[in-house]
Amino acid sequence: MSFSIAVALTLAVLDGQALQYAMGGWPAPYGIALSVDTFSAIVLLVITGASTAALLAAKPSIDQQIESERQPLFYAAWLLVLSGLVGIVVSADAFNIFVFMEISSLASYILIAGGPDRRALPAVFKYLMMGTIGATFYLIGVGLIYMMTGTLNLADIQDRLGDVTDINPVLVAAGFITIGLALKAAVFPLHVWVPNAYTHAPHMVTVFLAACATKVALYVLIRFDYMIFQATLEEHKVQFALFAMPLSILGILIASAVAMFEGHLKRRLASSSIAQIGYILLGVSFVSMAGLSASAMHMFNHALAKGGLFLAVACLAYQYRDLRLDQLGGAAARMPWTCAAFVVCGLSLIGVPGTAGFISKWLLITAALESDPWGGGLVAVILVSSLMAVVYVWRIVEALYFQAPVEGEGQYLKHQFKCY
Amino acid sequence: MKLLELLGYFNYWVFAIILTVGLYAVISKSNLIKKLIGLSIFQSAVFLMYITMDKVEGGTAPIIQSGVEDQIFSNPVPQVLILTAIVVGVSTLALGLAMVVRIKECYGTIEENEILDAD
Repeated sequence: MSFSIAVALTLAVLDGQALQYAMGGWPAPYGIALSVDTFSAIVLLVITGASTAALLAAKPSIDQQIESERQPLFYAAWLLVLSGLVGIVVSADAFNIFVFMEISSLASYILIAGGPDRRALPAVFKYLMMGTIGATFYLIGVGLIYMMTGTLNLADIQDRLGDVTDINPVLVAAGFITIGLALKAAVFPLHVWVPNAYTHAPHMVTVFLAACATKVALYVLIRFDYMIFQATLEEHKVQFALFAMPLSILGILIASAVAMFEGHLKRRLASSSIAQIGYILLGVSFVSMAGLSASAMHMFNHALAKGGLFLAVACLAYQYRDLRLDQLGGAAARMPWTCAAFVVCGLSLIGVPGTAGFISKWLLITAALESDPWGGGLVAVILVSSLMAVVYVWRIVEALYFQAPVEGEGQYLKHQFKCY
Repeated sequence: MKLLELLGYFNYWVFAIILTVGLYAVISKSNLIKKLIGLSIFQSAVFLMYITMDKVEGGTAPIIQSGVEDQIFSNPVPQVLILTAIVVGVSTLALGLAMVVRIKECYGTIEENEILDAD
């Protein structure tokens, strides 16, 4: 349902116009407005698409993991997350974004903790701590901006920031907002909550959150840094590039390296998610139109690929209790379709020509060559990390297809295969 | 004069100090409840910042009174905003405490290092 609305919205904004809707009949700078442009329409598509796909496939997996009397609450929390995320994207009001962010975060803590795995609880607690600190930092930044401009409407802030005489509070605000959102988006050194939260969450929740939760925080980050601060603060371009680029490069390389050595399937994919967020941030840090469009593209493609991968994982988990790689030997013989889907999505993650991942990586490389004096080095980084992606995806494929099945512990439940 | 100027920002100094105290507690304590207390302190600091910035000298509550026309009043918007943020903070705290209860049920402890050892 929401997905079809999002599709209709996308068609409506494709001509580059932004739709505005004034809540409660108050005109934009005073009342709270909703606004959708092409960029937010893409993110909307990702969110609603991921939610729809996950929910369509969710029934068997959720039946298995969550007791039936708690399922209505689980679905209610799911819808809260969905509405929170959508709210963040369509809102044109800085404070409203904070409120929606907290709605979606609180509900997603519930979702992650909803599974049978007790290790999810400490993971959620850590996520809650870091998420709240991130949101509070964002709140401080919004407060400082409000102090200097007297408005919360994003477009209005952009107009009025130019008139501000004392620029220091705005710089501090930019710092707070960037750090806070980077925490939420799991940008490299602030990512420690991701692997555990993704690994121990119920499988369908992982599909949903991995595909969109961090993307939405990144979207807000791009909104603020690109469209508001970039236009008004002179040095901001350089500062932001210097902040984001090293972090994203380190994130790409280190997280890919970690992913190569993770033994647990979901953990491995979660680490690769951090690396992919690095790619998106790298594109943004070029501070050019080409870089931004590469990022938006990669956001979309990564959501597609990672959502598909985790969906395949959820199907595997339906049959296998233990998701460590050495327990998954020979799964391809039992679940050929799931494993084939896994391979296709994996190829897209690597960026093999012919898949969606290739297009966005190609755009990223083009943007790197265009815009930066060290473009060659960045291309090398992207290529090296793609090779690392080949390694970590291959280890999974090897386990699925070529290893002998493990007897005993890797229990094969005699259920019909109906996830996919 | 310099000192007076610094003191003029008294509330903002308190804001910065409370913020740091809260963040320190979140990072350094291993007891989960103490962490939550730290988080709560951390959030209260932000409330103080918002409430400080809406204060206009000599201003009263922004309520229309009959017979009074040129009353100075404080800016109501940050107050409304922070009311929302307080609600968010309370619900975060409640959810965090609920998590702690469940952690206690599952692990029998709320010390972070013991939880890590248990897995």
